[in-house]
Amino acid sequence: MNDLFNSFMTGPDENGRFGKFGGRFVSETLMPLILSLEEEYERAKTDETFWAQMDDLWKHYVGRPSPLYFAERMTEDLGGAKIYLKRDELNHTGAHKINNVLGQILLAKRMGKTRIIAETGAGQHGVATATVCARFGLKCVVYMGAHDVERQAPNVFRMKLLGAEVVPVTSGRGTLKDAMNDALRDWVTNVADTFYCIGTAAGPHPYPAMVRDFQSIIGKETREQLQEHEGEGRLPDTLIAAIGGGSNAIGLFYPFLDEPSVNIIGVEAGGKGVNDKMEHCASLTGGRPGVLHGNRTYLLQDDDGQILEGFSISAGLDYPGIGPEHSWLHDTGRAKYVSITDKEALEAFQYCCQQEGIIPALEPSHALAHVMKIAPTLPKDHIIVMNMCGRGDKDIFTVARALGFDMGDEE
Amino acid sequence: MTRIDAKFSELRAANKKAFVAYVMAGDPDYETSLEIVKGLPKAGVDVIELGLPFTDPMADGSTIQLAGQRALDGGMTLAKTLELAAEFRKTDTTTPIVLMGYYNPIYSRGVDAFLEDAKAAGIDGMIVVDLPPEEDTELCIPAQNAGMNFIRLATPTTDDKRLPKVLQNTSGFVYYVSVTGTTGAAEAEAGDVGPEVARIKSQTELPVIVGFGINTPEKAENIAKTADGCVVGSAIVGQIGAGKSADDVLEFVAKLAEGAHRA
Repeated sequence: MNDLFNSFMTGPDENGRFGKFGGRFVSETLMPLILSLEEEYERAKTDETFWAQMDDLWKHYVGRPSPLYFAERMTEDLGGAKIYLKRDELNHTGAHKINNVLGQILLAKRMGKTRIIAETGAGQHGVATATVCARFGLKCVVYMGAHDVERQAPNVFRMKLLGAEVVPVTSGRGTLKDAMNDALRDWVTNVADTFYCIGTAAGPHPYPAMVRDFQSIIGKETREQLQEHEGEGRLPDTLIAAIGGGSNAIGLFYPFLDEPSVNIIGVEAGGKGVNDKMEHCASLTGGRPGVLHGNRTYLLQDDDGQILEGFSISAGLDYPGIGPEHSWLHDTGRAKYVSITDKEALEAFQYCCQQEGIIPALEPSHALAHVMKIAPTLPKDHIIVMNMCGRGDKDIFTVARALGFDMGDEE
Repeated sequence: MTRIDAKFSELRAANKKAFVAYVMAGDPDYETSLEIVKGLPKAGVDVIELGLPFTDPMADGSTIQLAGQRALDGGMTLAKTLELAAEFRKTDTTTPIVLMGYYNPIYSRGVDAFLEDAKAAGIDGMIVVDLPPEEDTELCIPAQNAGMNFIRLATPTTDDKRLPKVLQNTSGFVYYVSVTGTTGAAEAEAGDVGPEVARIKSQTELPVIVGFGINTPEKAENIAKTADGCVVGSAIVGQIGAGKSADDVLEFVAKLAEGAHRA
């Protein structure tokens, strides 16, 4: 193993490609910006002081390492594989998003940028960005679809408390992809002082690789922690994570890509079901390759190449694309991708609350629903690690509504 | 030699600046759009930029995004955009048409099939906003091989070091984007544009046309003076968006063309 010629860990190539996926499909105005970002990232990657600063902040500000928790009751109840949860929901700001934001903001500082922009769907990346900007005294502008501003009011208020300006996006259909369009428009206008902090492992090169590298702390910790639980050299048998753009998943998967004994499963949001009506966000299982937001990847699109809106109960998975590395892992067969419906995710959400006393976000509830499907079919010595990438505080209103529970109008 | 090359040598011989007009195909509907496009040459337009509608026009401002939405809502597609160009070609065999848009609808159709269709429809060149020189093997090289022009944008962020790369596989003309920002947003200042155009012209023989932020006949004149011509897009599309008739839109275009041709 770790044979360079057969490694899954060498991508992307110098053109930012993972196989045919990825690339740099941006307008000329942005091209010099992403080239200078790439240069700076290459420098930082091998700079010990950069990583020392990251480690320090991860430990003291974020609260890393996040625990790898043996979900004993769930394991017993499901009666099969042994289930571990990687508790990234315990991070500061409540999700994995901050792992990446810290890295990008430190890069922005190194590049002398003073204004940070970000897009957000559910608001988790927006909150993480606003948080780290407050920590470093940087101006922060967050683009958020007008529809999401309405349905994620608590996160909008959090961002405002943290000093960020939240811009409701009404262009297009006012969703996450439109928020990303408007963030790109801002960037193209304010090229001199602005850094675009992308929230997932997608976009033009070097973002997919850079975000993956920052999120890989999840997989690296998992690798060490599992050995503490299970003995030296023990690897997980199956990794499971939810996928919108795919940053928490690639963070868990990446350090294990060259371990052939490890099964890797990404779980997409199946919405109302992956069918012709396209009421889902399953880009891999229900889309085809195309070019959007700077990269070639699987996209939800019509026959004319027009981009379709995703649909999911989880605002964080509500994006018509996916990180290009996942598209490549899908096509090469190294990872397997499945989808879970809203209904199944809601059931898993409640199950997790009751079995483990953990209120999960709706995103990892999708991953958990798949764990619930396969764990009973696996032997007791089979180890599953699932990434609990976010906590569910932000989702209790959505879940209450879906379950017909009246919470009143205010939190 | 494409119709674009022919048009520019004709203009050069007459010592005239080029006026380039952008409209979105199928905006506000197919019929009106065709009527407007057909009327552009008579209104003084030297080169037509025909917008290919896309759901996610990241480099455009709201005026052009809304135009794309109107077109898409009316059932516009890549195939119908080419059909509109072919209809126009039946009435005009000399005015060049440059297709302007984003890569995904083209990629979705398939590059080879697209080039064949576009050529048959009488398209002479293309501007694909999200294909920088780094992605030249995607469409730029195949398009040149098929005898079509691939027109590239140069921007204020394209520095001297990068400029040769941008110019390398560009043909037809160079489109200088006069401001950092989206279409229709900021206003170009002739004073800033002149030196930038000179900088580009020192490295290429191709005509340099300036766009972004030009919305009056006076600005068209001032900007055209600094270069080989100018492009107006959002200002015209804004008239269409305001519900003006094809005749009114063409009258507006004629005034802009007069301005540019005074230069």
